[in-house]
Amino acid sequence: MADSMAPQMAQAAPGDVPGTTKRDFLMLTTAAFAAVGVGGIVWPFVSSMAPARDVLALASTEVDISPIAAGQSVTVMWRGKPVFVRNRTEEEVREARSVPMSELKDPATDESRVKRDNWLVVVGVCTHLGCVPLGQKPTDAKGDYNGWFCPCHGSHYDTSARIRRGPAPSNLLVPDYAFTSDTMIRIG
Amino acid sequence: MAIGLHDSEVKNPVLRWVDQRLPVITMLQKEYGTFPTPRNFNYFWNFGALAVITLVIMILTGVFLSMNYTAHTTLAFESVERIMRDVNYGWLMRYVHMNGASMFFIVVFIHIYRGMYYGSYKAPRELLWMLGVVIFLLMMATAFLGYVLPWGQMSFWGATVITNLFSAFPLIGPEIVTWLWGGFSVDNPTLNRFFSLHYLLPFVITGVVFLHVAALHVTGSNNPLGIEPKGPQDTLPFHPYYTIKDSVGMVAYFALFALLVFFMPNYLGHPDNYIPANPLVTPAHIVPEWYFLPFYAILRAVPDKLGGVLLMFGSILIWFALPWLDTSKVRSMRFRPIARIFFFLWVISFFVLMYVGGKPAEQPYVIIAQVATAYYFLWFLVILPLLGKYERTLPLPESIAAAVLGPRASTGGGPLPGAATAKPMEKA
Repeated sequence: MADSMAPQMAQAAPGDVPGTTKRDFLMLTTAAFAAVGVGGIVWPFVSSMAPARDVLALASTEVDISPIAAGQSVTVMWRGKPVFVRNRTEEEVREARSVPMSELKDPATDESRVKRDNWLVVVGVCTHLGCVPLGQKPTDAKGDYNGWFCPCHGSHYDTSARIRRGPAPSNLLVPDYAFTSDTMIRIG
Repeated sequence: MAIGLHDSEVKNPVLRWVDQRLPVITMLQKEYGTFPTPRNFNYFWNFGALAVITLVIMILTGVFLSMNYTAHTTLAFESVERIMRDVNYGWLMRYVHMNGASMFFIVVFIHIYRGMYYGSYKAPRELLWMLGVVIFLLMMATAFLGYVLPWGQMSFWGATVITNLFSAFPLIGPEIVTWLWGGFSVDNPTLNRFFSLHYLLPFVITGVVFLHVAALHVTGSNNPLGIEPKGPQDTLPFHPYYTIKDSVGMVAYFALFALLVFFMPNYLGHPDNYIPANPLVTPAHIVPEWYFLPFYAILRAVPDKLGGVLLMFGSILIWFALPWLDTSKVRSMRFRPIARIFFFLWVISFFVLMYVGGKPAEQPYVIIAQVATAYYFLWFLVILPLLGKYERTLPLPESIAAAVLGPRASTGGGPLPGAATAKPMEKA
């Protein structure tokens, strides 16, 4: 009796792929459940290494820009990184806007990189390998384009913080920011 | 011994290449695939595997917790609260780790009772048993060190009380305590070294577990009948029979574990440990974690300071001598009608000690603790050695197969593995 049942159990139902058995189905279902289970266990561990809620809560910075005179710049911390806030002179703005796009490695108009003509806000991290470029202090080397110069591998940035020469692939990043009033900006 | 490539039976060419050079697959197949295992295990034989799983869970959650923990007296408590509130799934990691310690002790206590009841410590498994006692001692140290890390009131005062145990030793006692503290009280140097050792010891435990398992695979497992397998009809290959049986136990175990973690995560803890450590105020009712209570009760049962400390350490160290204190030739208490009764009384004395250990040190708890402590040691030092001489044990079955299968054993019935069905009773 038991022997005559066995071949029938292994037979595929009509429409099934020949040669597949109930055992195959059980194996696949078990493996699928196991994969979901393992994923469910792994996820909390992976997620716990992502920024925690207190880190995310500190993700924006307010800056009072009223003390910054034309031609001066300040460096503020935002998410553990320096942000350059420069009050550009009219000459610097003119310099930045007169450059033809064809000369730029990472073409972007100066207008697209600022919210108010004289105020330039960029993340002060060189897009090559993450050093902080010089150019914030009056005594710093500003590079060949009167902006910033990265001492690590010699990248030159212009007065719109666009890459002009050197190994960096792109312009200094403009972070999300907004003028909350005429004298305050919020970064992030 | 032949030099050259291992003669691998693995079919897959890549795996075979590895196995010829480092025969891990052959080893796994031998030790966990075809490994001949007594066919009559009951669910008490799940607990070794459960303990290994718990050790893995503890190390995993511990490593991830340490990524967000700060071992400094001014920051430790808040770093733990940050894990609970801000770190993604930090609450889960901590509750699993916290309750995992309790689950680990539940599993290991049952594993130890199992060994005691079925005589798993007897020849030739004495060293296997002693390595187990070493693991238990390391576990106790690790659990204590870990409990100090959140730097709550119970952490601080637990650390103070336990380290002060060593002051009981004459002459050098106070110097030992100062050395343990790295100062003149439990303070930042103490917390730093406790964190370092709490991270180190689990890996020492892993090493001793490896030796424990290696020794097990030399002698093979004991079984509920306590008689050695005599041939293939008495054993089953470890896989799939016991991988499946262990998996069933594992599912039940995880259900209980999850119940604790998700519905009553602080049930086994003390609310006082959510108050930051204060070296100027001791909590009114200070007790260790539940798994230390039996030993803590023995400590308090003795009116003398040094005597209490020695008896407390002795209550575990005496386990090392168990293989020689029990002189009976019969392993399993199934066949020891008198010893079985006295052993159950011993287990009860253990739980009584656990109960009074959590009560204030006043009457009637002190006298109850003293009676239970007396019985605890009486069992090891007097009752067991005497029973070995005078107990009339029940007749042992002829073989595992004969006991489990009854008359079917000789007719080749039952789910015997291929080799056994082909040649039934060959070596019986």
